Amino acid sequence: MARFTTLCRNTAALAALFACTLAVAAPPNYGVGHPATPEDIKLWNIDVRPDGAGLPEGKGTVDRGKTVYNTNCLGCHGLNGQGGIKDRLVGGQGSLATDKPVKTIGSFWPYATTLFDYIHRAMPYTSPGSLSIDDTYAVEAYLLNLNGILPDGATLYKASLLRIKMPNRDGFVPEPEFVHVTNSR
Amino acid sequence: MDPKDRDNTRDADDKGRVFGSNESSSKQRLFTRRKVLIGLAALPGAAPWVRSMADSLADVPPRGPGDLLGKYSERSKYVQISRIPEAGPGMRNVDPVNAINSKAPLDKLVGIITPSDLHYERSHAGVPEIDPAKHRLLIHGMVKKPLVLTVYDLMALPSVSLIHFVECTGNGWENWKKADENLTVQNTHGLVSCTEWTGVPLRLLVDMVGVDRQSLWMLAEGGDGAGVDRSIPLTDEILNDALVAYGQNGEPIRPAHGFPIRLIMPGFEGNLNIKWLRRLKFGDRPWMTRWETDRYTQLRPDGLATQFQLRMDTNSVITSPSGMMEVRPGYKRITGLAWSGHGKIAKVEVSTDEGRTWKVAQLNQPVLYKAQTRFQMDWMWDGKPTKIVSRSTDEKGNIQPDRKSFIARVGTNALFHYNAQQTWSIDSNGKVHNALS
Ligand code: HEC
Repeated sequence: MARFTTLCRNTAALAALFACTLAVAAPPNYGVGHPATPEDIKLWNIDVRPDGAGLPEGKGTVDRGKTVYNTNCLGCHGLNGQGGIKDRLVGGQGSLATDKPVKTIGSFWPYATTLFDYIHRAMPYTSPGSLSIDDTYAVEAYLLNLNGILPDGATLYKASLLRIKMPNRDGFVPEPEFVHVTNSR
Repeated sequence: MDPKDRDNTRDADDKGRVFGSNESSSKQRLFTRRKVLIGLAALPGAAPWVRSMADSLADVPPRGPGDLLGKYSERSKYVQISRIPEAGPGMRNVDPVNAINSKAPLDKLVGIITPSDLHYERSHAGVPEIDPAKHRLLIHGMVKKPLVLTVYDLMALPSVSLIHFVECTGNGWENWKKADENLTVQNTHGLVSCTEWTGVPLRLLVDMVGVDRQSLWMLAEGGDGAGVDRSIPLTDEILNDALVAYGQNGEPIRPAHGFPIRLIMPGFEGNLNIKWLRRLKFGDRPWMTRWETDRYTQLRPDGLATQFQLRMDTNSVITSPSGMMEVRPGYKRITGLAWSGHGKIAKVEVSTDEGRTWKVAQLNQPVLYKAQTRFQMDWMWDGKPTKIVSRSTDEKGNIQPDRKSFIARVGTNALFHYNAQQTWSIDSNGKVHNALS
């Protein structure tokens, strides 16, 4: 095994890996798997990108979000997003360059789309995916309001979410190696 | 850390350290110790270690028929070896309910392979119980033929088996701001492990579904409660190295490590090695998921954060003697592990005089690409307080930085990607402690 690995690694070129496994340029028809139908893909295609790709239609208000939050999130994240037993969701602005940085949605998260994606896929922790799309917009609106990013009484929907510039949007410096990705395919 | 474990570690020396105290093993240990002491009798400092040793071969229990052969071979009841569940930096001895990771016992492992049940773990929503018959991998996005694969489909395809380390991006995070002197190497560096992974090369799947040449990023997503997902750049290196794995050290991957399938991303952040893999989506830009924005980004002193610092840098640590062990004057074999996300380890140097002078350590075979490498070195300890430290160099020429220049470069808020040299101080009683430098 080790020698096999070394052989592949030493030659390094991608062709070498195939010399070790397939020895052909065009893969044979393995006859495995079945085509993914659009209906199937829709069930799992939950990712949301900063440009809005994947963001579903829907809307929710700050007020509704407070109710959603107090019912589904408060137990772990605390009243008003602070002081809970799990991650703090509010505050910390201005702390990133100090010895005790506090990273929250308000102080650190660069994209409002990421917050929608994350709440939708992962929260509430014990029953991820249980919030409706409208309630996901609403609870995000409430959390953004607590962080001073949305005014009281605001409604969040697809277009308004995409207009939000998070306070730390320009706070990230990408690793040069992966800024312009290329390959020899 | 469980106080019981710590007592056990405190009694540490040589191979005896993994054994609990019980008659026959402690006798064996004393026997070994006596043999060593014969050669060291004249050394000052050896005396406090001499205990009553009236043992002889007559004290070794007689042979006889043993237990019945079984379906599994359990560890010896004399062996005490386990992981330690912990929370964030400095949050040890936590209720398992609050643990976010579990660290591998580097001080008790030998060779380079981590037994599967001792492999470190970092999970974001616990360990899901997945029925492999109902698990599916969806491959879609910028592809010609979106596909759904079963685990059996994957196992029917040509496979490779490769030995690679996987390291949590947070490994070493105990020592960013201070060094708690009572830490073991399991506490400081237990978020790295090394395994023979078996699976299907990512490139084979890429060709099978006909990924568009304009697609330069891939989203990999897990089937756990958190649906952990990461954007992966499709460089030649990653296309050549990555696997969709189903085998771990010769058997199906353990649930904690991604059963039934996980992505293996040799040399890159542990978090990219998506466990319980259920979706690969091809696109033309990164998705900016929570795990590549809010987490696994490194705060710099100026308050900006580095992002997509995906590669694990060259690293090493002395695993013996290490934190909370005790050494005696005289011969001591120094041993440890080195690894690099850039490729093979080329050299490990060890200093036994606080970094003033360095000697090249022996690298034990095999020395593999993006795998843990075992090093060792002979040392005669003169009984005087000192500090020992290792530094690795990989085949690309990257040298593991000393702590001072590392911190000067990245500050103390980065939280992830700590790869500074690890120093162990040894006091005049031979007690080994975690130290910053
Ligand atoms: C049972 C406890 C629990 C409940 C209830 C819960 N969460 Fe969480 N939440 C967590 C844990 C634990 C994490 C950290 C997970 C991790 O680090 O991977 C987290 C993380 C988060 C984060 C990311 C914080 C950060 O800065 O990284 C957000 C946002 C969040 N939760 C929102 C919500 C919302 C909105 C709800 C209600 C709809 C909710 N949570 C309900 C436990 C909970």
